[in-house]
Amino acid sequence: MIAPLFFYLFALMTVVSGLMVIIARNPVHSVLFLILSFFNSAGLFVLLGAEFLAMLLVVVYVGAVAVLFLFVVMMLDINIDEMRQGFRQHLPLGLVVGLILIVELMMIFTQDVSSSNVLATNVSGEISNTAMIGSVLYTEYLLNFQVAGLILLVAMIGAITLTMRHREGVKRQVISVQNSRTRNETIQIVSVDSHVAPKVLEDSRAANKQIK
Amino acid sequence: METLTGFFTSPMMVELMWTVAQIFAVIVPLLIAVAYLTLAERRVIGLMQLRKGPNVVGPFGLLQPFADALKLLSKETILPSGASKAVFVIAPMLTFVLSLVAWAVIPFGEGMVIADVNVGILYLFAISSLGVYGVIMAGWASNSKYPFLGAMRSAAQMISYEVSLGLVIITVIMAAGSLNLTDIVMAQKDMWFFIPLFPMFVIFFISTLAETNRAPFDLPEGESELVAGYFVEYSSMSFALFFLGEYANMILMSGMTTTLFLGGWLPPFDWPILYLIPGPVWFALKVALVLFVFLWVRATTPRYRYDQLMRLGWKIFLPFTLIFVVLTGGVLLGFGLLPQ
Repeated sequence: MIAPLFFYLFALMTVVSGLMVIIARNPVHSVLFLILSFFNSAGLFVLLGAEFLAMLLVVVYVGAVAVLFLFVVMMLDINIDEMRQGFRQHLPLGLVVGLILIVELMMIFTQDVSSSNVLATNVSGEISNTAMIGSVLYTEYLLNFQVAGLILLVAMIGAITLTMRHREGVKRQVISVQNSRTRNETIQIVSVDSHVAPKVLEDSRAANKQIK
Repeated sequence: METLTGFFTSPMMVELMWTVAQIFAVIVPLLIAVAYLTLAERRVIGLMQLRKGPNVVGPFGLLQPFADALKLLSKETILPSGASKAVFVIAPMLTFVLSLVAWAVIPFGEGMVIADVNVGILYLFAISSLGVYGVIMAGWASNSKYPFLGAMRSAAQMISYEVSLGLVIITVIMAAGSLNLTDIVMAQKDMWFFIPLFPMFVIFFISTLAETNRAPFDLPEGESELVAGYFVEYSSMSFALFFLGEYANMILMSGMTTTLFLGGWLPPFDWPILYLIPGPVWFALKVALVLFVFLWVRATTPRYRYDQLMRLGWKIFLPFTLIFVVLTGGVLLGFGLLPQ
């Protein structure tokens, strides 16, 4: 009796917060609602018995991706009115994209989902779904898995090459150089004749007298 | 009347009330522990600096936490006029709630756990990675410079150290062969994981220091630069919630260290006589030990500079843990030690 109640709670929250993402006036609030909707979809995964996926969703999307997203949105000085201006103009495009997504979803639902071999093998419930995913991911879908990893690697290298710049004349701290310094090359011991006051000291005394 | 008693004795209701009772059995001692951790911190650091620390309120200063709490409660709650009000109010609650919900999966003894979920360790990791939201939201909603700078620092720091934290957890999972915390503890029956995985244990501890914004990584609240960091604008109860959340997080991280590396509720040696002491006592002792090290580190180390902090996280911990994950996997596979 409790499970359907939670399903409607999570589903409602997901939809409402998804809606708030586009309605909210403040972009930071939008991102916060996006995070809420991620979190609620993780709840839906738990209800489906896919707790591993749910946790991954929270760790990866909510815990890492959305934080960086929020980070960037907060730092940007976004003018809300300017953002609103293009709303009418881009509406047809948005509607077309939305329509395509809906049609795709419909196509999935009309298909017989249970024919997929992944779900079919998971019915027993003896093995935890983490082990299930592992055994399928590294055997049947190994190639897809590796390709996905490769794509991410390419994206990462791309981001690094875009942002890495070597500027001339910038003094950088090289920790290995600092750590390899020895006492001999940094400290020079000079024996000072203690009976004769150094010239610097006398100069300063003279200056002090003049001030007085 | 009949239907009412029927309602309360129905199996679902009984189960619900039993769960609520369990939750209280965890939260109440936890909050008391938080209160006394603040006192312990001041006393321990006081002794390390050859001072006495708070010792006036009650015997040995034992009532000091309650005096502090009363003082905080009696103060005025201030909402800055430029603040984003809803977010400003939600942020401390989020921090506090997140520091409490994670305790649901921590096993205190054999079968003494509120929710014995299959992916307990991932749940812990997920909840601890959410902790950053309380900080970011507070910093942003305050609409003030110092909190914002503190929040930005904290976000970058927590994300950086989460990476190495995650990789350390992967080595533990590989060694234990399960994502369930009870199974992880039971896998340490012969040898606690901090012996074979000692480098990981050290990195895990240092990362938890960074994750909880504790010295020497307390830059998000570096009082000499940022006044108090992300909670500058908070007062009274909302400040108290941040404070409680932070200390509850410290205890949680110590509990995590204990569960993953120090054998959870298991006694140090597998002798029957040591099993006379109940599991939760062993667990509490180990947590207290880790917490003491937390305080010890605070009293002895100077604060890191921000670039040093980032360098440590990304250039030292990340490659090292990555190599160690591969190494652990290789050793486990090569010597046929992989848990079935």
